[in-house]
Amino acid sequence: MKRIITATVQNRSGVLNRVTGMLQQRQFNIESISVGETETPGISKMTLVVEVSDHQKIEQLTKQLNKQIDVIKVSDITDKAIVARELALIKVASTPQLSNEIQGLITPFRASVIDISKDSITIQVTGKPEKTDALISLLRPYGIKELAKTGVTAFLRGHQPQAQVTEINHFTV
Amino acid sequence: MKAEAKPSPQMTSKPKTGADLLIELLVEVGVDTIFGYPGGAVLPIYDALYRSNAPFKHVLSRHEQGSIFAAEGYARVTGKPGVVLATSGPGATNLITGITDAKMDSLPLVIFTGQVANHVIGTDAFQESDVLGITTPITKYNYQVKKISDLPRVVNEAFHIATTGRPGPVVIDIPKNISETLSNSSFETDFYLPGYQPTTKPNPLQIVKLSEALGKAKKPVVLAGAGILFSKATDELKEFVEKYELPVVNTLLGLGSFPGSNPLSLGMGGMHGSYTANMALYECDLLINIGARFDDRLTGNLKHFAPNAKVAHIDIDPAEIGKNVPTEIPVVADAKKALQALLKSKISMPKHQEWKEHLQQNKEKYPLWNERSDEAISPQWLLKKIHEITNGDAIVTTDVGQHQMWTAQYYTLDKPHNWASSGGLGSMGFGFPAAIGAQFGRPGELVVSISGDGGFQMNMQELMLLKQWNLPIKVIIMNNSALGMVRQWQESFYDERYSESLLDMNPDFVKLAESYGIRGMKIEQESEVEAALEEIFAYDGPVVADFRIIKFEKVYPMIAPGKGIHEMIGVTK
Repeated sequence: MKRIITATVQNRSGVLNRVTGMLQQRQFNIESISVGETETPGISKMTLVVEVSDHQKIEQLTKQLNKQIDVIKVSDITDKAIVARELALIKVASTPQLSNEIQGLITPFRASVIDISKDSITIQVTGKPEKTDALISLLRPYGIKELAKTGVTAFLRGHQPQAQVTEINHFTV
Repeated sequence: MKAEAKPSPQMTSKPKTGADLLIELLVEVGVDTIFGYPGGAVLPIYDALYRSNAPFKHVLSRHEQGSIFAAEGYARVTGKPGVVLATSGPGATNLITGITDAKMDSLPLVIFTGQVANHVIGTDAFQESDVLGITTPITKYNYQVKKISDLPRVVNEAFHIATTGRPGPVVIDIPKNISETLSNSSFETDFYLPGYQPTTKPNPLQIVKLSEALGKAKKPVVLAGAGILFSKATDELKEFVEKYELPVVNTLLGLGSFPGSNPLSLGMGGMHGSYTANMALYECDLLINIGARFDDRLTGNLKHFAPNAKVAHIDIDPAEIGKNVPTEIPVVADAKKALQALLKSKISMPKHQEWKEHLQQNKEKYPLWNERSDEAISPQWLLKKIHEITNGDAIVTTDVGQHQMWTAQYYTLDKPHNWASSGGLGSMGFGFPAAIGAQFGRPGELVVSISGDGGFQMNMQELMLLKQWNLPIKVIIMNNSALGMVRQWQESFYDERYSESLLDMNPDFVKLAESYGIRGMKIEQESEVEAALEEIFAYDGPVVADFRIIKFEKVYPMIAPGKGIHEMIGVTK
């Protein structure tokens, strides 16, 4: 199952290496990882999308993350009310004739064209991974020349529905 | 030479180098012994050491691995952090086995490595190695000092991290230009680690749950691990288990946390544990693990481990709880504090008379056994004799393998902190340098190093230290001219194909010892053993004793690989 984990970390040298090294050593599969600064200087946030087999594994993963000296807080936000976004840049083979067709195609995705040349067009799309994936598969028949994704970044919505509070019981410690 | 006996880094105004500052910081944190080896990148530090009148010893090993294993031995028997100093590149990489060993066995070490100067880091400079990269997965934490102003904080932080929570090794990599930098400012020593706040007090709710479970248990058993030793909770453990008459199984590294000769002790559990201990783990209905990590050598096949038990696990490291064995009562806490809480808790006496009788019967029916031979010395018998002559009071160190298991089985430990062995990593060559470290940590006490002929050869260069420092360590080599445990597995599981496990060529250990100026003895027959032991332990100084043990002797009983804890072989003759 896919889980979205966020980790608030002290922005010290080697912290990303520590986290990814630990995940690799303990055979956790990282689908994506994104890191950036937060509102607090010196504190960064990592968003990890991981593929794990069961709850025991995800519990072990969060505990191992928490154990890292530089990691301040770890949350499994998968089952919470969250906002999660990733950004994809897609360079598609295109002629001036095709360009209009492609622009029409991407409009419902609220994607935008950010670069254009005589034989290609570069599109930027932001959203949930399902949305970016959907657009990518729509564009695939035109010939994707280059694709880059940031990975998901996410946090909790300002308001959490009451039912979600019981979630805490999942953790034995 | 400085005039003051103990200068404080915050008070001196004369410019000093980063290396001088480092020495002062080590004095401040109370270091009494450093195990190290010089080299290019640590020249400024060694120079500062030479010029200083710091009140600590520097012990020069003959290989960096000797330094770090010694530091582990020191840490194990004193509870204080072991301090290591080595140079960059090969100096640092020679420490890797020891760092990993310390990580696996949770030993507090602070390791200083030299590094090439900042401006050449990353250029593949002479004796450069990526120490941070290499040691990240094998340390509790590591640092590279980028500015001299960070040094005091980093040193203080490192000692704090190494010694608190679940102890572990911390590496500080110091570029040469940092140790050469002159400065007379005073720097920040305070630190704040928001991500490192180990939980030491148990959650009262979990203590209530555990108390209730204990009151209801009919077949309770306590598994006592090294966590009890780290938290110095041996008195509390004894009081607790005696109060409720709970049988105790020790892990390999937990030996000594509960007196082995106490009637409640079932001995060691695991692959070569006692039948009684393992069956208790198999049959119990409540398993209280205190400070052990359910290592695979203890549990055997997890499917058959404590299948009917409610598992309670007291550990300071939450990540250990539920890692291998599903746990119903998790108690994240320091073992001492958890035991104190349990002692205060209202618990009704478990009704486990039948269980106690059953275990007692097992103990009587299935004791450890061994055979004797006319040709060579029985290793088990030899260890019993060593136990006798030392009253079981010696500090004992081992490597890994057959001699280790026999020592664990037959050198019954009644006192804590007298046992240093490489458990998790299982490092050959550990025991002898660890004995040296132990002797530095506890001068005046009897230290016995027990190794096989294979493992001893991995760090025998450290013999020089016995002579140099006049360390009266008794070095016992259990010589079967084989890598005994490898040979045993080849005999049992590879149809006796002894691939590269027979050491037909060995040095003359007596002459070897003599070449270092140390007394050497060779003992080939059981008839010579008692007189030889008298001599060895009466002798005022180090002795290397080469005991020729039965070559094809096996360690029994045993849980074969992949088997359950209830499927021991070799339980009886």
